[in-house]
Amino acid sequence: MKVLVPVKRVIDYNVKVRVKADGSGVDLANVKMSMNPFDEIAVEEAIRLKEKGLAEEIVVVSIGVKQAQETLRTALAMGADRAILIVAADDVHTDIEPLAVAKLLAAVVKEEAPGLVLAGKQAIDNDMNATGQMLAALLGWSQATFASSLDIAGDKARVTREVDGGLQTIEVAMPTVVTVDLRLNEPRYASLPNIMKAKKKPLEEKTAADYGVDVTPRLTVVKTTEPAGRKAGVKVGSVDELIAKLKDEAGVI
Amino acid sequence: MQFGLSDEQRMIVNTTRAFVEAELYPHEAEVERSGHLPLDLIRDLQAKAMAAGLYAANMPEEVGGAGLDTLSWLLYERELGRANYALHWTCVARPSNILLAGTPEQRERYLMPCIRGETWDCLAMTEPGAGSDLRGMKASARPDGSDWVLNGTKHFISHADIAGFTIAFMATGEEDTPRGPKKKITAFFVDKGTPGFTVRDGYRNVSHRGYSNAVLEFDDCRVPAENVLGEPHKGFEVANTWLGATRLQVAATCLGRAARALDHAVSYAAERRQFGQAIGKFQGVSFKLADMAMELKAAELLTWEAGWKFDQGTVTEADMSMAKLKATEMLAMVADEAIQIHGGMGLMEELPLERIWRDARVERIWEGTSEIQRHIISRELLRAVGG
Ligand SMILES: Cc1cc2nc3c(=O)[nH]c(=O)nc-3n(C[C@H](O)[C@H](O)[C@H](O)COP(=O)(O)OP(=O)(O)OC[C@H]3O[C@@H](n4cnc5c(N)ncnc54)[C@H](O)[C@@H]3O)c2cc1C
Ligand SMILES: Cc1cc2nc3c(=O)[nH]c(=O)nc-3n(C[C@H](O)[C@H](O)[C@H](O)COP(=O)(O)OP(=O)(O)OC[C@H]3O[C@@H](n4cnc5c(N)ncnc54)[C@H](O)[C@@H]3O)c2cc1C
Repeated sequence: MKVLVPVKRVIDYNVKVRVKADGSGVDLANVKMSMNPFDEIAVEEAIRLKEKGLAEEIVVVSIGVKQAQETLRTALAMGADRAILIVAADDVHTDIEPLAVAKLLAAVVKEEAPGLVLAGKQAIDNDMNATGQMLAALLGWSQATFASSLDIAGDKARVTREVDGGLQTIEVAMPTVVTVDLRLNEPRYASLPNIMKAKKKPLEEKTAADYGVDVTPRLTVVKTTEPAGRKAGVKVGSVDELIAKLKDEAGVI
Repeated sequence: MQFGLSDEQRMIVNTTRAFVEAELYPHEAEVERSGHLPLDLIRDLQAKAMAAGLYAANMPEEVGGAGLDTLSWLLYERELGRANYALHWTCVARPSNILLAGTPEQRERYLMPCIRGETWDCLAMTEPGAGSDLRGMKASARPDGSDWVLNGTKHFISHADIAGFTIAFMATGEEDTPRGPKKKITAFFVDKGTPGFTVRDGYRNVSHRGYSNAVLEFDDCRVPAENVLGEPHKGFEVANTWLGATRLQVAATCLGRAARALDHAVSYAAERRQFGQAIGKFQGVSFKLADMAMELKAAELLTWEAGWKFDQGTVTEADMSMAKLKATEMLAMVADEAIQIHGGMGLMEELPLERIWRDARVERIWEGTSEIQRHIISRELLRAVGG
């Protein structure tokens, strides 16, 4: 089985985000960028499937600016076999919307014919949480989102999903799209020897036009603002006072 | 000229830094407090470092290392250097390059167990009476049949407590040169447990808690001829060929700690408020930050340039001495100012700054004192004009 893993280049989770002066978005000039952490988990899961003998080849795809090839190299250094870069924007501030990404991925799936697409549940930059679902719909495939465990047996996949209030286990028919959650696994470090080997792994460069997909934005960003600063806390004298405040002032119990 | 990192270098930095932050930082406070690394912690971290390909990554691929070029190796050293020295030296060991100078049998016996994490190496040159002037050493070895018999004392020997063997440099005679008589030096592998070889506790040291130095006594200690590293009487030639870059290693690890101290100072200056505003708004604080960042960058450029030239075969002794000198003196200044910016809090063990400040002190002494580095740099200048 071939596994396809889309990976997105996003602002590093450690970076203190700054809003651009004109409010059009977040300032990405000279900021550290990294692989979306959920995508790292997806890459890790694909590598584990390969180590278990359930997958033969791992193909990683990134869609965005040319610099996303750094993200692909990282995935190759973790253990993916091959990479496809689809250049769809010149400006690092351009975000390709989920529908366009899903259409491009659907086109890649047609070409590559993977048995499984493993994606992050969402990207930590815009938190859309839509690409995997749209991709499954476009392909007419089954989907299992927010996976915290994944077992593949023959033409079925058993997926535990992290849903509000608990865990839900479902079975889906392969081929399928699985989007992964935080607790699925702990991604490995790209090891130094594998980093050195990654240079020799193939990275194919394409453009959105090669797949005939229009990536023009459909959404308009009206305003971007900093989250409100946290208000100073208060000290309480006793547990009773705490409970009273939680009841009467905060209204949470 | 090209100053950007390659994809590989960027990833090496990412992996090493992520490892250091996730696996080493959490143990620092306890190691600093106890001055000790428990064996089960060492084994656990060694296994993790090996899985990440970080263990012995300074070594060439054919012996199981990462086969890094010098600049990439120094970037890796910088990231390791952020953490407590005992933790990174022991748990993410970089066996000494001099072990590559051995015969195939010596590599099998001494180098490979270090790469596999089964033991560690240590190098014994310094003596109570011979520090900067190493050739003045008194410890000696005399041939006896096909063996050598070693006598004398070495001190300040780092890691001798955990190492399975030492490489001991011994005087093995004198030769006449136009500038007078000169001692001939030979390097020997000496295994722990060899009769006549004793390792005693060394001194307690202000820098690098959790790691120790030791005193080594050789009392009619007999080793076979096959324990000679390199050729007899060519000990310093072997050392000069294989240990030149350790000055760059010292420089690079200092860069890492300075960067960590600077990060703390910048964040604190932005957050700490006094007199109604962030202290970073006072020039008295902000200009310190500017100088710290500039000094750090200058030291980085000297180190990266020397590392790059090392692989081109064009590096000079002065290049490496400048990098070591600048980086170690820069670290002292940056650590001190980072504490100053933190006010009283900077001195407290809750932050890594007091430790970085203490640890900075030894860097200007070992691997050649600052004075010896200045001597090397000026000698190269003067020699060029016949001085
Ligand atoms: C913690 C620690 C660990 C060490 N680990 C090891 C180890 O593993 N193996 C090992 O072999 N050694 C080790 N050393 C020894 C270290 O390399 C020496 O301390 C160093 O070379 C300086 O020697 P010294 O301490 O004897 O000082 P000295 O050489 O006695 O120097 C005293 C002072 O005189 C100055 N000086 C000396 N000569 C000159 C000159 N020509 N011109 C101007 N000034 C001069 C020096 O710069 C210094 O300021 C270690 C030292 C320390 C502190
Ligand atoms: C070991 C120790 C014992 C102590 N004992 C006592 C004690 O017994 N009783 C007691 O009351 N206090 C005590 N102190 C507190 C001590 O007096 C303060 O640490 C000191 O006044 C500095 O305040 P701070 O640490 O809050 O630093 P901050 O005032 O926050 O200063 C942080 C940095 O900002 C700089 N800065 C602040 N304002 C300006 C400005 N306007 N312009 C330029 N730079 C500025 C400072 O110089 C410093 O570099 C002790 C401190 C220590 C470390």
